[in-house]
Amino acid sequence: MTASVRIPTVLRPAMGGDATVAVEGETIGEILGRLTTRHPAVKAQLLNDDGSLHRFLNVYVNDDDVRYLGGLEAPVANGDEITLLPAVAGGSL
Amino acid sequence: MTRYASVLDLIGTTPIVDVSALSPKPNVTILAKLEGRNPAGSVKDRVALSLVEAAERDGVLIVGKPDQVLIEPSSGNTGIALAMVCRLRGYHLKVVLPSNVSPERRQLLLAWGAEIIDSPGTQGSNGAVRLAQRLSAEHPEWVFLYQYANPANPMVHYTTTGPEILADVPEITHFVAGLGTSGTLMGVGRYLKERRPDVQLWAIEPPSGEMVDGLRSLDDGFIPPIFTDNHGAQLLDRKVVVRPRESIEWTRRLTEVGLFVGLSSGAIMSGAVKCANTIGDDDEATIVTIVCDDGWKYLSTGAWSDDIDDVIERSKKIIYF
Repeated sequence: MTASVRIPTVLRPAMGGDATVAVEGETIGEILGRLTTRHPAVKAQLLNDDGSLHRFLNVYVNDDDVRYLGGLEAPVANGDEITLLPAVAGGSL
Repeated sequence: MTRYASVLDLIGTTPIVDVSALSPKPNVTILAKLEGRNPAGSVKDRVALSLVEAAERDGVLIVGKPDQVLIEPSSGNTGIALAMVCRLRGYHLKVVLPSNVSPERRQLLLAWGAEIIDSPGTQGSNGAVRLAQRLSAEHPEWVFLYQYANPANPMVHYTTTGPEILADVPEITHFVAGLGTSGTLMGVGRYLKERRPDVQLWAIEPPSGEMVDGLRSLDDGFIPPIFTDNHGAQLLDRKVVVRPRESIEWTRRLTEVGLFVGLSSGAIMSGAVKCANTIGDDDEATIVTIVCDDGWKYLSTGAWSDDIDDVIERSKKIIYF
């Protein structure tokens, strides 16, 4: 399965500068694993030491937050769009 | 017509209107609770009054005592609502505001007599929160109600918004609301889940993470303490992010049912439609969603009149959501 991963501005310098990269994997865990293998410097920004998702990283499969779809086990289908976004304070509050 | 002693008595008890004409499925009813009907114009009127009243009960604020100063980070509605409440109570409010909010918000704050402290626009609401925290630490004599962490925020939704929804819509199956401080979702969500455990809670996240360029690293991220304190990750059933284009498209579509609403409400309606699309053709569902505020504060965005690509481009520079 090949998914398209959108990289947020804050992570681009450590990930080659591209806004979007193609990554293969059956689950979100596999996708993030491949990304950190390609860009070891970014590993601490994506995953905690125990391998769980960084608390300030939100990962979406086709706009759905994976924390509510099984977390790192959430399945990925061919052509899915995965978005990485930092957790920040919202807008018009 | 009922007669009220104070404009503060007009807060809450907002109407709910059927907007199912926009539902993608005939078996899914969508109802919108119109929080723009609150006197200062948004759902945040409930929160502002609740924060101030809790502080007064605790003796942190004293009605009639001169020279009491409050500080609060806000990119819009909470600041405006607090400014109105403070004006009536005689407190001086300093609002820490990202420099790139729409001009209407700035003018409304000034209209209510608030003082504005600018925070860097590139850091969005995150920057406003951090600056307010720093200034509050430097000025312990200022009262910092901190909407992101104050239990009086979700509590007012638990005691008012939630009961209003269940009383008006006992057949509710889904509640869809925006995730800002998380106060609405935590308060209404907990109230509903305690009484209707099968009700599904959907959080709609505006695309703030895409817009904020001022982060140095992910460690600058932010999760509202209210969300953590109320075990938000366990309470919610789904969380979806909505893009600027969808938000603006649905803000426009809501005019088809006579609703002129703010852009966050367009985002939430887009989420309600996504929710409706997950319902099977043989199932009945009733989705309740929140219209946070009306469209007046967003006219300068051109959201209803300009080319949508131009509006999206502009939304990267000015905080609309």
